[in-house]
Amino acid sequence: MFQGGVKLVDFKEISKDKVTEDFPAPEKVIIPLSQHTGIPSKPVVKKGDTVLKGQLIGENAGFISSATHSSISGTVAGIENCSLPGGRISTAIIIENDGKDIPVEPVNRNWQDLKPEEIISIVRDSGIVGMGGAAFPSAVKLTIPKGKKADYVILNGCECEPFLTADYRVMIEETDKVVEGLFIICKAIGVKKGYIGIESNKRDLVPLLREAITKFVSEVVVEIKVLPEKYPQGSEKHLIKSVLNKEVPSGGLPVDVGCVVFNIQTALAIRDAVCEGIPLIERVLTVTGLVRNPKNLRTRIGTPVSKILEYCGVELKENTKIVIGGPMMGIQIHTTDIPVIKGTSGILVLPQEFLPEKIQPCIRCGKCIEVCPMRLVPAELGKYAENQKWERCNEFNVSDCIECGCCSYICPAKRPLVDLFKWAKVEIRKAGTK
Amino acid sequence: MKELTCSPHIHSSETTAKIMWSVVIALLPATLASIYFFGLDALRVIIVCIISCYIGEVVSHFVFNRKLKSFDGSEVVTGLLLAFVLPPSIPLWMAGIGGFLAIFLVKELFGGIGFNIFNPALAARSILTVSFPLEMTQFTAPLSYRVDAITTATPLGIIKEGIGGQLPSLWQMFIGNRPGCLGETSILLLVIGAIFLLCRKIITWHIPVSYILTVVVITSIAGQNPIFHILAGGLVLGAFFMATDYVTSPITPKGKIIFGIGCGIITSLIRLKGSYPEGVAYSVIFMNMFVPLIDRYTLPKKFGAIKK
Repeated sequence: MFQGGVKLVDFKEISKDKVTEDFPAPEKVIIPLSQHTGIPSKPVVKKGDTVLKGQLIGENAGFISSATHSSISGTVAGIENCSLPGGRISTAIIIENDGKDIPVEPVNRNWQDLKPEEIISIVRDSGIVGMGGAAFPSAVKLTIPKGKKADYVILNGCECEPFLTADYRVMIEETDKVVEGLFIICKAIGVKKGYIGIESNKRDLVPLLREAITKFVSEVVVEIKVLPEKYPQGSEKHLIKSVLNKEVPSGGLPVDVGCVVFNIQTALAIRDAVCEGIPLIERVLTVTGLVRNPKNLRTRIGTPVSKILEYCGVELKENTKIVIGGPMMGIQIHTTDIPVIKGTSGILVLPQEFLPEKIQPCIRCGKCIEVCPMRLVPAELGKYAENQKWERCNEFNVSDCIECGCCSYICPAKRPLVDLFKWAKVEIRKAGTK
Repeated sequence: MKELTCSPHIHSSETTAKIMWSVVIALLPATLASIYFFGLDALRVIIVCIISCYIGEVVSHFVFNRKLKSFDGSEVVTGLLLAFVLPPSIPLWMAGIGGFLAIFLVKELFGGIGFNIFNPALAARSILTVSFPLEMTQFTAPLSYRVDAITTATPLGIIKEGIGGQLPSLWQMFIGNRPGCLGETSILLLVIGAIFLLCRKIITWHIPVSYILTVVVITSIAGQNPIFHILAGGLVLGAFFMATDYVTSPITPKGKIIFGIGCGIITSLIRLKGSYPEGVAYSVIFMNMFVPLIDRYTLPKKFGAIKK
């Protein structure tokens, strides 16, 4: 078990029993070419081209990059810039729906017959990235660097952010496929031991998962780990600490302690790509918070957030904010024209409660140190950042901060610590590249 | 355009003001006890201290051109704690000077809440002690056994001077029926308040336990009754309510233990070897100076630190 973290009210009962609905494909999708960590994909279609559902529209542009596919069938209406959460701008391919939803030729493969390299190559061509939020290309993760060895694969079913229930629904509704995804990943990497980590508030999944595991004949042993409900249990490093009791070295990767972690929906996407040839063109996300009809929705990549909010009965008011992701790490957006991308785990409508006047001086209560899962000293770091002492921030390891938000959450003086650390990181990076 | 805010988008309900008012609530039983034992003298001192603390805040607002912060109860805490460490018979104008200095000199001059180096109440008490040595060391007996003599010696004073004098029973000392500073006497009610703060997770066990244990160990080695040393003087008040002041104590658990041990050693040395009968105030203030140093050497080891 990791040190620190906070107990949060999970607000999951709002949407946890809502069966996933298919969100109707919109008239127009906006598919950014940079939905992932790494180099944006290179467009391979031009205005006026007709595309099928699942057709490649942006190709891999490097080792750390990802392919992009059309999520509907229709006509390319243009290649324009679009906003992404966090103020990023990406080139996007706009596709108008022809309403026919014609898919590309389906395939039917048995993963047992595939070689690891073949699986990895399918994953790469299917544009699969980590769907927990960071959107790191999965094929890169599956390729273990020379000189390193992975012994374990951990499936991250913690979904530790309050409000979000998409992964939970996927585990209930697509249990077999998720578990199959885990076996495929194990085969691709060549490990014999898999874990599924879930938080204790999802204990009801254990019999389902256990039953699904028995359906597959494999030399891989899969163990289910029920972990305490403590945020950020689903942080990659902290999940590894809880499951294997190993600490990923500072600046290192999970593979440095012999394991690789995948999100639930990533496993499902890998399974669908490998077995049925379906690239990553849709995902399940939770729409919740101050919403008339909270839902778990299977949504096409590129669907504008505004359409989804409309569908769920959200009126945009002055005193509410729209957050992409969970309440602890999610990003508030300034416009609802932003499309759903591969890493969009939820759309939250929350009260706009935070006012800068509430910020007070640090009283050194030490609660932030108690809760920091990276064992940093947020109180001191915050003061250095506030006074723009970037070298001191660096000395006090601001770069190890995972921006989980525990410190800002717990702070009685309501200090915007995460805000300050994000700033410090940017400044340190700037100074480093000069 | 709408203002955007950074994650996290939810926050705990704890606020500085809630913490301060919780400390006030924790001090309430002992406050009532002080009025019960020392009568209206105590009540007057308490009121004067709180008001003068607030005056200090308002004056510094004008002098330093600082935004007057919302009334978060921190002046009430300082005022109450200052009153607790003054003799009940102190002239009210002296108490008033103490309250004003606690806020204006010790706190605001160093940058206001969160930036002071010394515990405001104890620093003000120390200033008063060196300025008015006579008034600060004259103690009245509790109403219940006040006969005709106005002043009397505290239990620690009796031990220190070696003069004959009736030591109160340990039980009387535990409930607080003994001469001493206004709020330090009722160990029972102070501990009840402290338990409240521990349950509310406002203070942790580290400082009080390491402080009191150190005093117990050293006084036992010196051949004195450790129970007497816990009950006498301001040890319990100091260990739970003064040494635990967030701003002037170390920020990490390890640092807190070092701080507590340091306080315990100095308190014991002053009590056993020094010329003052009591040493809680000076030991906490002395250790306050070491806080930045202790913090520096007790930083937690970061997650995934690479062994060198």
